[in-house]
Amino acid sequence: MPRIEVYPREMHSAERLGQALLEDLGIKAGKIKTGTAYTIKGISVELAGEIAANVLADQLVQEYRHGRARHPASWVLEISYKKGVQEPAELSAAKALRQLGIAGEAGVKISAVTAIEGINAEQAKRIAAYLSNSIIQDCRIGYEKLDEEEETSHENAAHRAETVQITTLKDEYLLKLSKEGLLSLNLEEMKAIQKHFGHLGREPTDVEIETIAQTWSEHCKHKTFNSEIEFDNDGRQETIENLFKETIVAATGKTAKPWLISVFKDNAGIIKFDEAHNVAFKVETHNHPSALDPYGGANTGLGGVIRDVLGAGMGAKPILNTDIFCFASPDFKDELPERILHPKRIMRGVVAGVRDYGNRMGIPTVNGAIVFHKDYLGAPLVFCGTAGIMPSGLPGKKAMPGDLIVVMGGRTGRDGIHGATFSSAILDESSSSSAVQIGNAIEEKKMLDALLIARDKGLYNSITDCGAGGFSSAIGEMAAETGARVELDRARLKYEGLRPWEIWLSESQERMIVAVPPEKIREFLEICATEDTEATAIGEFTTTGQLEIYHNGQKVAGLGMEFLHKGIPMSKRKAVWKKPKLSEPLIKEEENYGETLKRLLSHPTIASKEWVIRQYDHEVQAGTVIKPLVGAENDGPGDAAVIKPLLNSHKGVVVANGINPLYSQIDPYWMAASAIDEAARNLVATGGNTEHTALLDNFCWGSVSDEAKLGPLVRAAQACHDISVLFQMPFISGKDSLHNEFSSKGKTISVPDTLLISAISVIEDIRKCITMDLKKVGNRIYVVGMTYDELGGSHYYELHGETGKNVPTVRATAADTFKKLHDAISHGLVKSCHDCSEGGIAVALAEMAFSGDLGIKADLGKVQYEGTLRNDKILFSQSNTRFMAEIEREAEEGFLIAMDGIPLAAIGETTAEKRLVIHGLNQKETVNESIYDLKKTWKEGLKP
Amino acid sequence: MEGGTEALKAKALVLRGAGLNCNDETEHALQLAGANTQQAHINELIRGRIKLADCQIAVIPGGFSYGDDLGAGRILALQIKQALKREFQEFVDEGRILAGICNGFQVLVKTGFLPGNCTATLTDNNSGHFEDRWIHIKAAGRGIFTKGIEKIYLPVNHGEGRFIAEEETLRKLNKNSQIAFRYCDRDGNESPEYPHNPNGSMQNIAAVTNEKGNVFGMMPHPEKIVSKYQHPRWTREELPEEGQGLKIYRNMVEHAEERLV
Repeated sequence: MPRIEVYPREMHSAERLGQALLEDLGIKAGKIKTGTAYTIKGISVELAGEIAANVLADQLVQEYRHGRARHPASWVLEISYKKGVQEPAELSAAKALRQLGIAGEAGVKISAVTAIEGINAEQAKRIAAYLSNSIIQDCRIGYEKLDEEEETSHENAAHRAETVQITTLKDEYLLKLSKEGLLSLNLEEMKAIQKHFGHLGREPTDVEIETIAQTWSEHCKHKTFNSEIEFDNDGRQETIENLFKETIVAATGKTAKPWLISVFKDNAGIIKFDEAHNVAFKVETHNHPSALDPYGGANTGLGGVIRDVLGAGMGAKPILNTDIFCFASPDFKDELPERILHPKRIMRGVVAGVRDYGNRMGIPTVNGAIVFHKDYLGAPLVFCGTAGIMPSGLPGKKAMPGDLIVVMGGRTGRDGIHGATFSSAILDESSSSSAVQIGNAIEEKKMLDALLIARDKGLYNSITDCGAGGFSSAIGEMAAETGARVELDRARLKYEGLRPWEIWLSESQERMIVAVPPEKIREFLEICATEDTEATAIGEFTTTGQLEIYHNGQKVAGLGMEFLHKGIPMSKRKAVWKKPKLSEPLIKEEENYGETLKRLLSHPTIASKEWVIRQYDHEVQAGTVIKPLVGAENDGPGDAAVIKPLLNSHKGVVVANGINPLYSQIDPYWMAASAIDEAARNLVATGGNTEHTALLDNFCWGSVSDEAKLGPLVRAAQACHDISVLFQMPFISGKDSLHNEFSSKGKTISVPDTLLISAISVIEDIRKCITMDLKKVGNRIYVVGMTYDELGGSHYYELHGETGKNVPTVRATAADTFKKLHDAISHGLVKSCHDCSEGGIAVALAEMAFSGDLGIKADLGKVQYEGTLRNDKILFSQSNTRFMAEIEREAEEGFLIAMDGIPLAAIGETTAEKRLVIHGLNQKETVNESIYDLKKTWKEGLKP
Repeated sequence: MEGGTEALKAKALVLRGAGLNCNDETEHALQLAGANTQQAHINELIRGRIKLADCQIAVIPGGFSYGDDLGAGRILALQIKQALKREFQEFVDEGRILAGICNGFQVLVKTGFLPGNCTATLTDNNSGHFEDRWIHIKAAGRGIFTKGIEKIYLPVNHGEGRFIAEEETLRKLNKNSQIAFRYCDRDGNESPEYPHNPNGSMQNIAAVTNEKGNVFGMMPHPEKIVSKYQHPRWTREELPEEGQGLKIYRNMVEHAEERLV
């Protein structure tokens, strides 16, 4: 087969690689050469040369050669994707060949070639492990030149469904079957299946067992949140019949907001935007895949949530992405457990994954956060969110009997099988797997373009995305009230050899299912053809109430929808939360807190994320009116992003998030309450309207089969209820991921109990929004809200290795504070406003000053404060519901009237001298730092 | 009378498809500039359902055609060269306006409608990755697109925007006034320093035209700054309502309309 190698003439990327090897592996390599090899099937060498010259190499900057280059005195590494893992670039290359009229069997295999001088065999192996991911890639290593690769023959596995003996199995074998088959079902559930097929008088097929396991998985069924729980709440016994319904759903009901359109039942929550449009919002986690393959995991995590929005209602056009990550410290120096990637590598991979998918989709990534904590070492958390806009007044989604089941988008392969059940298991050294997927953003973009056109022409009755569980989940849910007949052999496959259950369960990316009435199928397929996206009818919706699946004429499944969706035995669970015995630390008071402030500013959680944000396109679609980076130099930390989704209207949406896992160790209730308060603060500080704000929850917990882990979850959910009602901000959707643990050699690392709150607010006029950077010399600086001795779980205590006890709480006055401040902002009375959170007043003032390129003079004695009188407590307390506001003197009176009844105080003013000067309680300066020094520290805290 | 003005309105086509993604805001900018607009998928042009010849302006907007696989713009350029060469060639020969922004610029360089074909190219940023940031450019050439423009502040959002060319090509570009915009600092001084020159382009080149001056390509995004509220500092600076980028689209439309008269 002809092989072409393309090498850049300049060696920028090789230099960068050399630097990375030195930094990350401590290997000082000699000269490095990087290139790309293309192996093209079914064409002559001459033609390959022509293609190389015209398509593969940009000859001004690249050169090509035929065959394998010999790299003298170098170790050669060649990395390519494993068979069955479809690389987008290989598809694009094949498309280019078709364009040139080279049709037929021509296929392209792409691999990355790296030749490194000055290293030994052992180092070459280490570099190979660093550069490639053995789960999805092969890396071949050789000295100077690699041998030709032998072509392996295609594996042609059984094409038929197998029967699974279950009706006579003893309990221990049922459990064995569940574990070995990656079904993640417990004994009770296995017995329910056994009983069901016992009644039917036959054994199930593998397709049926897999379908049930997927449908009943924690991932799809949210068993924990929907179960009955006996809760020991620090000694008080409570019975909860359905955690989800009694907390989150109940709160939304109590807020009774008229602008709620669809909550909790669709792929995303939907709220009203204006008379003609609604907005959908959803945040998903993609934790396990990101731990194994950070790039692919983040890629497909974002791809998945975009499809959620695309499949919400009759389909929404994505208008923004948000991304929040939790990692272990990038400076981690100890030995890593087996199979765990270094946190820095995970961070880089995840950022690149989000960047490459979001940017290619043409969706601005406008909001996010990165939280660092040592216990995310084994299980990093990756939250990806998308909001979309859609016309209102479309018919409700409902697949009708007779509608065709149409698969559109990418093809089906063996990638990502068992994702739904896998995410319900705990990671360990042996986690491998097929559970990793590869994203192809352009495939999804083409599908999106086609779908929106078909939606506007009314060509389908229902739509949903193929996420976890693939066809099984998508079709199973869409047909829950009708029935469906599916012919699996009609699905377009990436390659031959898939077993029926693999086709049915495959989680290949970029696929959606639409219900198209037969009379509209022609027009639907025509649109797909124009938009270059594949679509195929693989069956139809029926009236039988049965899920009937065929493959090459063989009936491979016949399941009643009733049993499939309602047959799961719900077990009663026990949950315990015991108030931990904690105390406040004794920390020596200092005269000057300048250094402490700098240490806080350089904490990776607080430090600038500019190098990450700049890699994301936050301008595409031209609607980002408040950007993630704000201020005089476009580099200040904006509190929330504002998007104007319609080019001809000033209406907008504000998005923000809140997350503070450090509080969990004191009390998960106040952790959750604080996350909601933080999300609301960020919104309000920018101009968000608290009367039209909706929330999403994302719970990421360790293994909740442990009652001591389930207890905190219950408490956090109860806080969600209470604070949602207090703030009158309804939840509209959410997600839980309840098995974020890693075990190795008998040791388990569980993530801190983490709740991400994402908030979205619809505002009338984006022109009333403000930013957090100081605007003008001589303006007053106010602290809005009371400061308490609440440093438990604060970053200040963390610097001292302490946790403390006084966790920030949320008080009843909070809702009023938000409302009044929103009114003041929308009346133009506030010049800049910043939410006060990690690092307290000190960090908030510093950020406002250096973002606005102005100084501040402030007096701690003026702060409204309750507690032990100490400078550090006032500077670094993380009490909730507080803001810093910059007010012009002429507006002061109006501001005070607007804020009547809310605790606040003018604590200082903005100055031309570019310093942050804070006087302590004894009138002496306790901070006096140049804003440039502070900014430099903040900008250098988190290195790429 | 109204029908009369309508007839004199320039018709602008915005290309769509295969991962281009700035089509909506590009169309919006053209509308604000006064054009009658239409979006067309490349397959609709290939199948002859929509004709390039019916328009006076064609814009290939930003995006990631074919995911930038094999190099930004390469595959879409190949597609245009294989399936639409004649239509595009005639369109350009007749002096109509063909513009490419960001990915569109990359496509036009790789089709050869702008200096390309092994004499010039757009390649990886010096930073090695995608970057989104606001930068200044100053008008350099005389021509349709830069008319009445001194300096514009606008975003770049790309990973492969470094313009490089052979010495001979650079000489010709300068001699023929084909360099339309160059990166500069906030005071208007041309600057090769990062991040003023965000990608390392030779001679700080941000935009070029063909020799005749009717084909235009630029890496920054003028359609992203047609209103003051798209400016990153509108909450702190006094700015006019109209964004500076709109002028480039006005120039295209005015030129096309003059030709119609």
